[in-house]
Amino acid sequence: MEAMNGAVVVARDVTRRYGEGDTAVDALRGVSVDVQAGQLTAVMGPSGSGKSTLMHILAGLDTPTSGSVTIAGTEITTLGDTDLTKLRREHIGFVFQFFNLLPMLNAGENVTLPLSIAGEKPDPDWYDDLIASVGLGDRLSHRPSELSGGQQQRVAIARALVSRPTVVFADEPTGNLDSKTGGEILELLRHSVRDLGQTVVMVTHEARAAAIADRVLFLADGLIVRETHGATAHEIVEEMEAIGAE
Amino acid sequence: MIRFALKSLLGRKFRTALTALAIVLGVAMMSGTYVLTDTIDKAFSAIFDQSYAGTDVVVSGKGADISFQGTSTEDPPVDAGLLEQVRALPSVEAATGGVFDAVNTKIVGDDGKAISNEGAPSLGFGIDTSQELARFNPLNLLEGRWPAGSEEVVLDAGIVDKEGFAVGDTVHISTLQPQQPFELVGVAKYGNVKSLGTATFVIFDVETAQRLLDREGQFDAISVAGRDGTTPEQLVAEIQPLLPSDAQVTTGAAEAQEDKDEISELTNFIRYFLLAFAGIALFVGSFVIFNTLSITVAQRTREFATLRTLGASRRQVLGSVLVEALVIGLLASLVGLFAGLGLAKGLEALFRALELDLPLADTVFATRTIVVSLLVGSTITVVAGLFPAVRATKVPPIAAVREGAQLPRGRFARLTPYVALAVIAVALAALSYSMFVDELGTAERLISIAAGVLLLFVGVAMISSRVVSPIAKVVHPAGKWAVVLVTVLAYPVTLAFWLLRYGAFSTDRPAARRLGALAGGLAPFLVVAALLSASLPTALALALGLLLPAVVLVLWARAALSGFQPEWPVEFPGVRPERTATAIGRENSRRNPGRTSATAAALMIGVALVAFVATLANGMKASNRGAIEDQVIADYVVTSQDGFTPFVAAAGDSVAQAESAELVANVRAEIAEIDGSGGYLTGLEPDRIAQAYRFDWKNGSDAVLGTLGSDGAIVDAGFAADHEITVGDLVMVRTGYDETASFEVKGIFEAPPFYPLLGSAAISQPAFDELYDRPRNQFTFVNVQGEPREATTAEIEIAASDYPDAKLQTREEWITSQDEDFNQFLTMLYVLLALSVIISLFGMVNTLVLSVFERTRELGMLRAVGMTRRQTRRMIRHESVITALIGAALGLPLGIFLAALVTTALRQFDVRFEIPIAQLVFLAVLAVLVGILAAVAPARRAARLNPLEALHYE
Repeated sequence: MEAMNGAVVVARDVTRRYGEGDTAVDALRGVSVDVQAGQLTAVMGPSGSGKSTLMHILAGLDTPTSGSVTIAGTEITTLGDTDLTKLRREHIGFVFQFFNLLPMLNAGENVTLPLSIAGEKPDPDWYDDLIASVGLGDRLSHRPSELSGGQQQRVAIARALVSRPTVVFADEPTGNLDSKTGGEILELLRHSVRDLGQTVVMVTHEARAAAIADRVLFLADGLIVRETHGATAHEIVEEMEAIGAE
Repeated sequence: MIRFALKSLLGRKFRTALTALAIVLGVAMMSGTYVLTDTIDKAFSAIFDQSYAGTDVVVSGKGADISFQGTSTEDPPVDAGLLEQVRALPSVEAATGGVFDAVNTKIVGDDGKAISNEGAPSLGFGIDTSQELARFNPLNLLEGRWPAGSEEVVLDAGIVDKEGFAVGDTVHISTLQPQQPFELVGVAKYGNVKSLGTATFVIFDVETAQRLLDREGQFDAISVAGRDGTTPEQLVAEIQPLLPSDAQVTTGAAEAQEDKDEISELTNFIRYFLLAFAGIALFVGSFVIFNTLSITVAQRTREFATLRTLGASRRQVLGSVLVEALVIGLLASLVGLFAGLGLAKGLEALFRALELDLPLADTVFATRTIVVSLLVGSTITVVAGLFPAVRATKVPPIAAVREGAQLPRGRFARLTPYVALAVIAVALAALSYSMFVDELGTAERLISIAAGVLLLFVGVAMISSRVVSPIAKVVHPAGKWAVVLVTVLAYPVTLAFWLLRYGAFSTDRPAARRLGALAGGLAPFLVVAALLSASLPTALALALGLLLPAVVLVLWARAALSGFQPEWPVEFPGVRPERTATAIGRENSRRNPGRTSATAAALMIGVALVAFVATLANGMKASNRGAIEDQVIADYVVTSQDGFTPFVAAAGDSVAQAESAELVANVRAEIAEIDGSGGYLTGLEPDRIAQAYRFDWKNGSDAVLGTLGSDGAIVDAGFAADHEITVGDLVMVRTGYDETASFEVKGIFEAPPFYPLLGSAAISQPAFDELYDRPRNQFTFVNVQGEPREATTAEIEIAASDYPDAKLQTREEWITSQDEDFNQFLTMLYVLLALSVIISLFGMVNTLVLSVFERTRELGMLRAVGMTRRQTRRMIRHESVITALIGAALGLPLGIFLAALVTTALRQFDVRFEIPIAQLVFLAVLAVLVGILAAVAPARRAARLNPLEALHYE
C-alpha cells in the first residue's frame, strides 16, 4: 500500500537518544524521510552521523525516542512484537553486511527461509527467475561455508527478495566484499529496483555504492543535511567533503 | 522451523552427541535398574511358582507371623501323623510331607568354614523324591540321583559350580547337629531359575532331615493334590476339620502369593535404592543439558536475531530450541534404554563382587521400562532446555546487525540471587520438615528429603555464580600446585610417552638416537605391565601397560602408510607451572561466572554426595565402634559367618568345652512380640553375662540378673519409654509359634541406640529355651586368661569346629570386620555415585570445547603474540582445574552440611559426627584429576589452532 505521495516508508521527526542526563548521546535529532516506492534510496554519512541508527529505526529493529515511522501505512513504533513480526514477514527484507546466512542450511534453504517461517512456499516461476537473476543456479545445494563472500551475499539478496517485500533494507551490503564482487552486488541491487520494482534503502559509507542510488540522503550529527538525485560517485565524494568541512 | 531445528542438530553432530551423553548415562542407569529388578522378580516368581506348581493346598503350622526389621518368624511344624489322615481323604489324590528349613543348614567350604549366605536363605529340605510324588518336587535333577539314606545329599547347581564340587565328592554339612560328611549324589536346580544368588539348598531324604533339623515325627508342611475335578477350596474345606488348633490349611496359590509379596518388599527396596542413584545421575545430567544449551544459545545469538528479522515469531524460536532439546532427549533416551541392558549386567557383576548376588532368570525387558525410560529422559531434557529456550526468544532482532552481540539479561536477571536464596530457604524448610517432624510416613519423609536436597543443589548452583570470582582466586594456587603434584607423579609416563614419539616421529634425527629413545620409552611401560600382572590376568596387564606404546605404533603406522602428519615436534615434558598461562586461565574462569558456576555445579553435586556419604559413614563407623566398646567387655565374640544371622546354640556349648575358655556366656535371640510390638527377645545366662557384657543400668544393678529366674525380664530403656513400662510391670511375650508367657520386669538398662546388642527385652536362658524348641545364639562371649593370643584362638576354634557356621573373633577383630562391612557397602555407594561424577566430567568437556570454539579469535591472537602450544594447553587445563575445584569447594561443605543435618535427624540412634579429613582431601585431589582429564581434548584443540585462520574466524 502506498501513501498518497508514493512513499512506502515514512519517518517524521525521529529522534534517538542513548543514555540519560549529562552522558546522553543524541544519535538522531529529528529526521524526517519519505522513501519512495520503486526507488533505491541510499543513506550516507561519516561515522557517528547516525545513518545506521536511522536505518535500524526505519526497519523496525530499534524504537525511536520520539517521532513516528510508518511502513506501508502502518505505524510501527507502537506495534507489539507479534504484529511487528507479521510486518517483517510481509513488508521487510534485510541484507546484512556480514551476510547472516544460517550455516547449517544450504543456499536454497536459506533463500526460502522467510517463506518457510511464514509457512508458505514460493511460486516456482518466481523462484526460478529470482535464482537465475542472482546467478545462483548451480550453487543451491551448497552450504554457506562452501560459498565465497560474493556468493553468500547473493544468497542473502535472494533471501531478501523472495517474499517480494514492500521494502528491502541493506546495511553496508558491500562492506565485507572486495571491490569487484562489491560491484556485482550493487548491480544486483540496482537490477532488483529497476527490473523487479523493488524498493531498497541502503546504508553505506562508500561513494561508489551510493552512486547506484536514485536518491542519496546525507546525514551528519543526527540530521539530514543534504540530498542528491542521480549523482555520480565523484559528485557524492564532493558532497561528503563539503559536509565534512562544515 | 522443525526442519531448522533438526538441521541445526545435524550440523553439529559431535557436539550434539556429547550433550546427549549427559542423559544417556542416567537413562541407562534407570533402564538397567528396571531390567535387573524385573529379572530378579521373575526369578523369585519362578521359584515360588515352581515350589507350589503341583500343589493344590498346603497344610502347615499356624504361627503368630511376627516380623521385625524385615525378618519374620517361622511357623511351627505339624505332626507327621496328619499325613496319613490327609491321604485317607476321598478327594485327595496324593499328599507328601516335607521338612523345609531356611536358616540352620550350612555347607562347609574348602577353608573349613561354613559358606556365608549373607542373609539369604540357607535352605535345607527333606523331601520325598519318589517318582509318584514328583509333582510336588519343584527341583530338576541335573546330574546324579536323589538322596537315599542318611549319608547322601543333593546340592544346588550354583553352589556346586562356585565351590567346584562334583558328584561323588564328600561334602560337610552342619545343621542343628554338628557337621557331618555326606556323599554328593546329585546336582539340582529350581525349575528354570538360572541362579539363586547367595542362597543355597541342600536336599536330604525326609528321615535324615527330620533328624538333623529336630523335626522327628513332624513335618514343616504337607503338600496335597486333589483328584481331578476337586478345587483347592474344596480340599481346604475337607481338610480343615482334621486339623488341630495350631495347624492351618491354605491353597497353594495363596502360599505362593504370600511368598511373592514378602519378597517383592525386598526387590522394591533394591529397585528404589538403585533408582535413587539413577535419579541423581539424571539430575546431574539436566544441569549439563541446561549449561550446554545455554552456551549454544548464547553462541547462536546472531542466528536467532537473523531469524527474527526474517519474521520468525518468538514462539517459533522457542519451539525450535525445544525441538532440539526434545530430539536430543529422545535420542539419548533410546541409546540409554539399550545401554541399560548392558548396565544391568554390570550391576549384577557389582553385586556379585560384593557377595550380594541375587537370583536371576532370563532378562526381562518390560514395556514399562521402555516407556518410562523414554518419557523420563525426554522430559528432563526438555525441561532442562526450557530456560535456554526462553533466553533464545529474548534475542532482539537488532542483534543481527551488531558484531559480537551479547545475549541480553532477562528482565528477572537482577532477581536471581534473591530467588536463589528463596529456593535455598524452601529447601532447608523441606529438609527440616522431613528430618525433625516425628509423625511422618516413610514415603512422605523420603519425598521431602529428596525435594529438599534437589532444591538445595539448585539454589546453591543459582547463587554460586556470585562466589565464582573469589573462590577462583583462592583455589588458583591450590589448583596450580595440585596439578604440579599430579604431573610429577605422572612424569615417568609422560616422559616415556614423549620418548616413544621422539623415536617414532623425529625423522631428522640420527637413527641411533631414535632407537635409544624408543627403548627408553618402552621400558617403563613394560615395567608397569609387569607390576600389573601381579594382580591382574596377564593379558589385561599387558593391554593396560602397553596402551600408550600401542597408540604410538598406530600413529606411526598411519604416518607411514597414508602421509598422516603426527603432531611433532612436541616440547619436552616439563613440570614447573606456567605463571602466565595459568594466570590467564584463572582470569578466563572468572570472566563468565554464570557459565563457570553452571559447569562447576554439575561436579558439585557428585562431590557433595560423596562427601555426604563419607562423612555420615565415618560417623556411623565411630558410633558402631563406640557402641560395641561400651557394651562388650569379653575377649572373644562368636557370631555366625555372615556376622548377623543367629547360629545354632549347640555351637556355644562346644566352645565351652575349650580349655582356655574361662568363661562362656551365650546370648540367645529370636524375634518375638513383646508387649504388643515386634522386637528381639534375648536369653541370657544370668550368672555370667555381666562378665562379658557391661550393663548400663537405669533401674537396678547387676544384682538384678540374679533375680531373673524363670519369670523375670529386663527391658531396654528406649523400649520401656515407648511402652511406658516400669520395674514391677508385667510384659507378655508371644513367640512365632504363637506361644505366650508373661514376665515381670526386674530392671531397666540403657543400650547404645546405634547398635543395641541385647534387643528389647531379655529373659533367662532356661526361660528362653522353654519358649523356643530350636533356640539359636546371636552371640557367644568368651573370656580367657590374660590377653587373647593366637594359641588360645586356635584352641577355641578347634573346640567349635563341629559347627563351622560359628566364627570366632577377638573383640577388636569383630569391630574391625564390621568396619570392613561398612566399607564394602560404601564402595558400592561410591561406584553408584561415580556415574554422576562421570556425567559431570562430560559436562566439563562439553563446556570447554564450546568455549574454545567461541574464543577461537582470541586464542588466535594469543598464539600470534607468542603463546606457545604448551602454554595454551596449560591455560585451558588450568581453567578446567579451577572450575573443578570450584565444584569441590562448593560440594565439600554442602556434603558435610547434609551429613550434619542427617546426623542430627538420627540423633535418637546416637550417630556420631566425625569428618573424615583424609578422605575429603582425597576427594579434592580427585576433583583436580577430573579437571585435568576434562581439559585434555579441548586443550589439544586450542593448541592446534592455526593463528592466522583463527584470527580471521567469524
